[in-house]
Amino acid sequence: MTTHADAMHHTSTGLDSRKVGFWVFIGSECLLFGSLISTYLVYQGKSVVGPTTEEILNIPLTSMSTFVLLMSSLAMVLALAAVTRGDRLWGRVWIAATAVLGMIFLGFQVYEFTHFVHQGLTLRTNLFGSTFFVLTGTHGAHVLVGVIWLWTLFVRSLQGKLGPDKAMNVELCGLYWHFVDVVWIVIFTVVYLLR
Amino acid sequence: MNEQHTHDEHSHPGVGTYLIVAAVLTIITLVEVGVFYVPAFEPLLAPILLTLSAGKFVLVVGFYMHLKTDHRLFSVIFTVPLMIAVAVVVALLFLFGVFALPSGT
Repeated sequence: MTTHADAMHHTSTGLDSRKVGFWVFIGSECLLFGSLISTYLVYQGKSVVGPTTEEILNIPLTSMSTFVLLMSSLAMVLALAAVTRGDRLWGRVWIAATAVLGMIFLGFQVYEFTHFVHQGLTLRTNLFGSTFFVLTGTHGAHVLVGVIWLWTLFVRSLQGKLGPDKAMNVELCGLYWHFVDVVWIVIFTVVYLLR
Repeated sequence: MNEQHTHDEHSHPGVGTYLIVAAVLTIITLVEVGVFYVPAFEPLLAPILLTLSAGKFVLVVGFYMHLKTDHRLFSVIFTVPLMIAVAVVVALLFLFGVFALPSGT
């Protein structure tokens, strides 16, 4: 059944305007993160005082947080699949799992940032500190927005307002979440593994 | 639901595909970290890591974000700014001398 609300979201292309608009937003986010990553790379190795990349980055810890974020993406697609087929319980479970994994990732990041500050690396210490904290902090802020969005969906699900007819809401949140994941894939390689 | 939504539902990969993609992503991440710690790979570290990272990127965007099966317009909307972003990154790296050009150029 096509409701009035559904119909008004469709364009002459036959595609949902919210989804088209969201992809445009994701495209603009590519430019934002592209500029932050290039700034990091341009200033890489140009710090005149320490601590530097080699001295401070913890690869095993960040590998764990990367794995957590990858698994959250799996939980997100399973949530969308469950909501689409009308399975409210598993939809709820996977949305909560995605949010919890996102919070664990943020926990790793808070621990890392705190550890770096204790080691003497702050936003103002050197070029590495400035570019690192701005890049990974911006990404972390995106994860936080995603976690809030996920818990909002979870509450809507508890209210019984997240049926198959609202699957697009979960799909848009999923697109955002997976984009945050792919940005981290790039950051993990560029910042942590490439020296 | 309307025809478009029905099409979207059927065009998304199944749970089995999602699990396979997750397993591949995990294996690639393990390989990345492994390669990082093996001194023999050091001369080729950058190309290997960038290739593996690109593979993970394509898998997530293609399967989890459904670009592989969704309408091509979404791929265009995403790919054009992505290419511009990559071009900006490469241009800035050349501009600031991160990539040294051969002498005389």
